[in-house]
Amino acid sequence: MNGPFAFTLALGDDALIAAQRLAEWTTRAPEMEEDIALANIALDQLGAARLLLSYAGELEGAGRDEDALAYLRDDREFRNCLLVELPNGDFAVTMAKLLLLSAYQLPLYTALSRCADERLAAIGGKARKESAYHLDHAALWVKRLGEGTPESHRRMQAGIEEVWPYVGELFAGWPQAPVDPATLRADFDEVVSAVLAEATLTVPESAWAPAGGRDGLHTEHLSYLLAEMQVLHRAHPGARW
Amino acid sequence: MSSSGSSPLWEVFVRARRGLAHTHVGSLHAPDAELALRNARDLYTRRQEGVSIWVVPAGAITASSPDEKDAFFDPAADKVYRHPTFYDVPDGVAHL
Repeated sequence: MNGPFAFTLALGDDALIAAQRLAEWTTRAPEMEEDIALANIALDQLGAARLLLSYAGELEGAGRDEDALAYLRDDREFRNCLLVELPNGDFAVTMAKLLLLSAYQLPLYTALSRCADERLAAIGGKARKESAYHLDHAALWVKRLGEGTPESHRRMQAGIEEVWPYVGELFAGWPQAPVDPATLRADFDEVVSAVLAEATLTVPESAWAPAGGRDGLHTEHLSYLLAEMQVLHRAHPGARW
Repeated sequence: MSSSGSSPLWEVFVRARRGLAHTHVGSLHAPDAELALRNARDLYTRRQEGVSIWVVPAGAITASSPDEKDAFFDPAADKVYRHPTFYDVPDGVAHL
């Protein structure tokens, strides 16, 4: 993979697929207030995805805009990490995914805001504030569920264990990229282990570390998500509101 | 769990700009104050409506009762001299 284009595309795909998954909670969240909160977070992710994919299209120089990249690629051409395409599961699994994703995106966008590429630095500067809020929101819920009832504790621990194996892929070394994710693992571990400790949850130990998202090798869940996300655009090319 | 289920009700006050007072904007359900504040941020300030938020447990508010309306508010109706416009400003007063 070459440097800035592949990297920008990967980050844009992370945000786009995370937005689509979170949006599935709309009208289904446990409370009306949480419904709005999750939709807000989904919209933040979508906003970052639009900026990143637009820029990726410019870097590629093949005339593809954000819509072409979002709606006219098949699953093997997506470069998102596996974590974001996993099904939402119950609310605890969703909060576990959001905790890990935002604890990854926050130091990534922060480092990006100081990188030499001005466009990426501007996108990082904007998105890191949103990621800080996503992390805060997920951490609040993980602590409450972890310290809530025996049932909420059990389900929160199960949620963390279900998604934990997918953390490894996030921090795989990528030396040519504007920010090498491998350099961010210590930040992530510090933040996440503090949240889990306060939530009386244990950090899982997992030897299984699935990967492949950055090379276009995805779980079976992604193509179903893309079918739903892309069907309108593909059925009515160029349609506008 | 429904919105009206286990979570208590909170009243939300938002300050639109520095220098203005916090104004009541509505209410919401949340299990505790910290989440109430964040829910308020998402529900009431997502279009840049504010720079500061207060949340107050609805139960902590003591409100006047509709039954007391006459005793509370009617006596003010015929006290026009409580308004500054009741008074004529003398010609010689330049800065009032």
